Amino acid sequence: MSSGVAVDLENLWIRFGDFVAVRDANVAINGGDFFSFLGPSGCGKTTILRSVSGFLEPSEGTVRIGGRDMAGIGPNKRPTALIFQNLALFPLMKVWENISFSMEVAGVSAGERRKRADELLDMIALEGQGDKMPSELSGGQKQRVAIARALCANPDVLLLDEPLSALDLKLRQHMRTELREIQQRVGITFIYITHDQGEALTMSDNVAVMKGGVIDQIDTGHDIYDHPATPFVASFVGETNVFRGKISRIDGNQALISTNRSGDLLARITPTQVGKMSVGDDAMMFIRPEALQLGEADASAKTTISAGTVNEEFEGNSFSVFLEGDGGKSIKMSVPNVGQDNISVRGKDLSLHYDANNAIMMPAGELASD
Amino acid sequence: MKKKMIFSEFFRNNGLGMGSLLIALVGFWLIFLIVLPQLSMLDYSFRFNLPPAEQGGPKDFYTLSNYEHLLYGSDQTHQTYNSVDLMVFVRTIIAAMLVTLFNIVLCYPLAYFLGQSKGSGFVRLLVVLLIIPYWINEILRAFALRIIFGESGLLNEALMFMHLIREPIDFIRQDIALYAGLGYAYILLMLFPMYNVIESLDRNQIEAARDMGASWIQIHRRIVIPHAKPGIVSGATMVFMLTAGALAAPQILGGPSSLWFTQLVYQWFNDSLNWQQGAAYAIVLLASTIVIVLTVMRIFKVNMGDIGK
Ligand SMILES: Nc1ncnc2c1ncn2[C@@H]1O[C@H](COP(=O)(O)OP(=O)(O)OP(=O)(O)O)[C@@H](O)[C@H]1O
Ligand SMILES: [Mg+2]
Repeated sequence: MSSGVAVDLENLWIRFGDFVAVRDANVAINGGDFFSFLGPSGCGKTTILRSVSGFLEPSEGTVRIGGRDMAGIGPNKRPTALIFQNLALFPLMKVWENISFSMEVAGVSAGERRKRADELLDMIALEGQGDKMPSELSGGQKQRVAIARALCANPDVLLLDEPLSALDLKLRQHMRTELREIQQRVGITFIYITHDQGEALTMSDNVAVMKGGVIDQIDTGHDIYDHPATPFVASFVGETNVFRGKISRIDGNQALISTNRSGDLLARITPTQVGKMSVGDDAMMFIRPEALQLGEADASAKTTISAGTVNEEFEGNSFSVFLEGDGGKSIKMSVPNVGQDNISVRGKDLSLHYDANNAIMMPAGELASD
Repeated sequence: MKKKMIFSEFFRNNGLGMGSLLIALVGFWLIFLIVLPQLSMLDYSFRFNLPPAEQGGPKDFYTLSNYEHLLYGSDQTHQTYNSVDLMVFVRTIIAAMLVTLFNIVLCYPLAYFLGQSKGSGFVRLLVVLLIIPYWINEILRAFALRIIFGESGLLNEALMFMHLIREPIDFIRQDIALYAGLGYAYILLMLFPMYNVIESLDRNQIEAARDMGASWIQIHRRIVIPHAKPGIVSGATMVFMLTAGALAAPQILGGPSSLWFTQLVYQWFNDSLNWQQGAAYAIVLLASTIVIVLTVMRIFKVNMGDIGK
């Protein structure tokens, strides 16, 4: 898998006037990886991508592609191909001319271009549609043409700026699988940008989570989900319940937090913070809805939450139960739907428990606004 | 069927009274200010120039003699061509084409710059500065140019002051003033349609092309110009038609030897009081320019619908 070309960002700063769009980014992307930048709108994802593709010179720092410093090298000279947020197909050219545009500007004969375009059309399952105009294609087909057009130049690195955001949910999920397959087939490095965590987690080898121009964490999707490094990552990626309080005891890699409403709760300290937290610190504890279970644990375990239920929702594959939580926020718990009758719990007081290894403690910080 | 729908919606939106008034006004404009005058010109062009007493009499019948005069002059035997007038005609058409071409070449970079540097205050100021001279009457503008290009005019003075020339250049006699004036007269009609279409071009398309290795020339040839084509053709059509039919600039800026075809028309109407002959000349000019415009549109595969956009 490591046959592709690596991309490195070192101490990358990008400023627009006084505004800092990217703050000291350090990212090492392995060759042949599917790497995603995940973050809310306006966090600087496109800006980073534009600095890799060469449309934007960084204010400070270095962009390296295949170990080569890209300073001063224009977008037409870099071994990258960019797929735009709005695709930017050429509306006045036929599909095959669109796909082979990079060969046209390189002076390749029409016959050869047509041949290569037809091969790529086969690959994206659009055989025989080369003579259509882009306006005659469906959204998903346009999407695939944009990918073929970018791949036609044989780039070492393919840059994708939220290419699926314009598609409807079904098609988006289908295209995820397809993109991943294409990436594995061509074996080049993909850098993918999205604000959709589902996309980032399903497709990527590694994910960088960004907020406000800062990269909070770079890890595998699995590690990001299970071992978030900051409150922002914990609350942005996937659903989670937040408990705030002060640390009252620390025990190796476990800590006890005293909360206003739910009493003392035990959790594992997130790996990067082990040994760095101390008693009395403001802290946050996160538990995913699926890590909560009905019933009480041993009182000494400090992993029981008691609260009144306020609502329940049927979601097909699961029931969601909402309980009164801190500060007017509800605690969400998810019970898999495995054929049991609708558990009617509305209005009742419930006890929930969890495994302390599934709850994560970290210093208090900024949450993703929802 | 479709027309009916358009009309019923039109009346629904404007009310019956207001709607009828609007239609009546548009109809008046079309019929009395455009169609009827043109038809009467056409009618004139096929008649003899007779004293009022003989009009409607036995000598007043339709004839091609006015058109024949353009071709053969006063030579009844049709042995020699009316080379003077024909030369003026050809020169007018070719010069109008060159002026149009010059306008395209001049406006394209400007329109590209204006259209792609979206909405900054500087650009808006620039556009206003371009428009302001056009608040002044066309004839006054031509006189202003005459002052600039005159023998002791601004341009000559400046060139002599900088020691670039030793004696004043006669811009008027060499027709430089004429072509500058014609080129300047309708340039905004070229600039704005071009600016509009180029502004509507998605910047990402340019960047996508650049990303795929296209040079600037290739980007313009394959992306920007095809996109801007309707605007270019629509601007070119207006500039060509208006330049070929211009009168003020040739009258004021033309040298003593240079005649513009419209000046011939003007002379027939005004000096010779032969409206019939003048009408024939005017009709020939109109028909030729229309044919040329349609041919060019056919060559560049643009249809009327695109231009109206
Ligand atoms: N050319 C520019 N001049 C000034 N500010 C800019 C410029 N381009 C981007 N920004 C700012 O930089 C920040 C990051 O923009 P960017 O386009 O990278 O966001 P993004 O993460 O791609 O968001 P989205 O998901 O909405 O596309 C934004 O606050 C934006 O306003
Ligand atoms: Mg973006």
